[in-house]
Amino acid sequence: MNVVEASGLGKRYGRTWALRECTLEIPAGRVAALVGPNGAGKTTLLNLAVGLTAPSAGAVTVLGGRRAGSPAALDGIAFVAQDTPLYKNLSVADMIYVTRSLNRRFDQPYARARLEELGIPPKRKAGKLSGGQQAQLALTLALARRPWLLVLDEPVAALDPVARHDFMATVLAAAAANGVSVLLSSHVLTELERVAGYLVLMSRGRVQLAGDVDELLAAHGQASLEELALHYLRETTPEVTR
Amino acid sequence: MTAMTAPARPGEDDAMLRPLPWRRMAGVTWRQHRIALAGVAVLLGALAVWLWIAGLPLHHAYDAAVACHPASSAACQDLAATFNGTWDVMGYAAIFLQLLPALIGAFVGAPVLARELETGTFRYAWTQGFGRSRWALAKLVALAVVLAAATGAFSVLLSWCYQPYLAAGNQALGLYGNSPLVTVFSLREVTFPAWTLAVFSIAALAGMLIRRVVPAIVASLAVYAGLAIAAAGLLRERYLTPLVTSSPNVPGTAWLLGQSWTKDGRFAFAGNPPVSLLNQFCTFTQSPGGKGGGSGGGPSSSANPFAQCLAPHGYTMWTSYQPASRFWPFQWIEGGWLLALSALLIAATIWLVRRRAA
Repeated sequence: MNVVEASGLGKRYGRTWALRECTLEIPAGRVAALVGPNGAGKTTLLNLAVGLTAPSAGAVTVLGGRRAGSPAALDGIAFVAQDTPLYKNLSVADMIYVTRSLNRRFDQPYARARLEELGIPPKRKAGKLSGGQQAQLALTLALARRPWLLVLDEPVAALDPVARHDFMATVLAAAAANGVSVLLSSHVLTELERVAGYLVLMSRGRVQLAGDVDELLAAHGQASLEELALHYLRETTPEVTR
Repeated sequence: MTAMTAPARPGEDDAMLRPLPWRRMAGVTWRQHRIALAGVAVLLGALAVWLWIAGLPLHHAYDAAVACHPASSAACQDLAATFNGTWDVMGYAAIFLQLLPALIGAFVGAPVLARELETGTFRYAWTQGFGRSRWALAKLVALAVVLAAATGAFSVLLSWCYQPYLAAGNQALGLYGNSPLVTVFSLREVTFPAWTLAVFSIAALAGMLIRRVVPAIVASLAVYAGLAIAAAGLLRERYLTPLVTSSPNVPGTAWLLGQSWTKDGRFAFAGNPPVSLLNQFCTFTQSPGGKGGGSGGGPSSSANPFAQCLAPHGYTMWTSYQPASRFWPFQWIEGGWLLALSALLIAATIWLVRRRAA
């Protein structure tokens, strides 16, 4: 089963194509990384996959053939958007209440225990938490929904190195323990090294390369994901600009 | 490919997924909008207390003035003056109170979607299992019902407070009085909630289109102003065909719309008679007081002096008016179209939520 399947997928804003001719199959049970420079179309692809945006061309299905944004798709996918939007004037406890109310499944004991572990007080307003705590709260709320697929858009871009490490540790623990598939976008390559098992390399609105990380490394003779990405992006960029 | 611990559990397709119950949105809506709703409660509560404090002496003054006999005695004139004096404050209050439906509707309605779009939280809200269309519908309807209930209750108290000015027979007693179709008409039992809902829906749609709270509030207040002026100046007097009478004794609670004159069965002129005609036929020791035809003030129920002096020369004055007995039909007509407008705007808002691209 594929958690995301796109065929000829495209999205146009006005005259600009933010994403085009994207054909892609991201397998389940993996941590898949969407890598590319700013403006490569990563956020657009994620928005299409979680159903926030409707495609201008082609189609995208999730969780084994479900229409993105359909009730079953919303039910099975938890999304943490860029800059982890939360209701700043609601308390942490209220955020738990709201998320529980809006979803079919919600593991409240997990959410409570996890936040206690992180030292996030339930009565504090979400807006008063540090950036790292806000990101952890958003991630905890997403994981407590017990999703099949966790989608993270630039989750660590705004975090300091310690918060970054803690955040990714939580993601990996969830992926390992509960078999959650993860799809995350990032332009911070070093963070993905230990994490990603599947790679989607994007630039200028197109998918340049996609596949299992180990196989890609072997095929391209690169030692690390970072080298592969840099090498490939440098190599393909002139061709893309044309 | 690795074997899957199948996330696709049987019976989890769209058709098998029952939508989450609507009641779950009650607590969500309350938590997100409790500050706005508390603000409305405080505002209406404080004004209700004031209406009660102002209304009691007003009603006492009215009862005393009506009960006094004979009406021409000095004591009764004093009581009448006391009652008439209360209009000084209540008249201005009526103008201020006109702002309430607009303020309440705009301040509660605009943030519902504009705040989400402004702060990016729509990316959270619209990717939860509840579904964004149902989320928007539940929020808008729940808030609309709460606002309608609160403003409906408030309008009952307001109507009680202003009732003495709207009673029949005030003019005969020398008391201030006006048509219930004019004074505080848009703040009565049906129209107050209806106008509040209309502005709420305008503000919600403006928030969806403009995506910012403050500009959406400003825009919805501007639209409200245009709509309120159109309703009061153009639409309301046309809700039902006006009655026309040649009788000079139109009831004081009627809403006078205009006059026209005929001479020997043919149209002569509209409005007040030309000065040349008056100089020719009418001699006044002093200029006549009430001009009659206006919609404000206390129209005179006594015979129009122009009509009296022009009648022997073949002129007949025709008065078009809306009788006070049409108060409730007018309330429901105005409430009806405002409610239909609100429903339409909310439907448009939800349609935009459904199709908006992130």
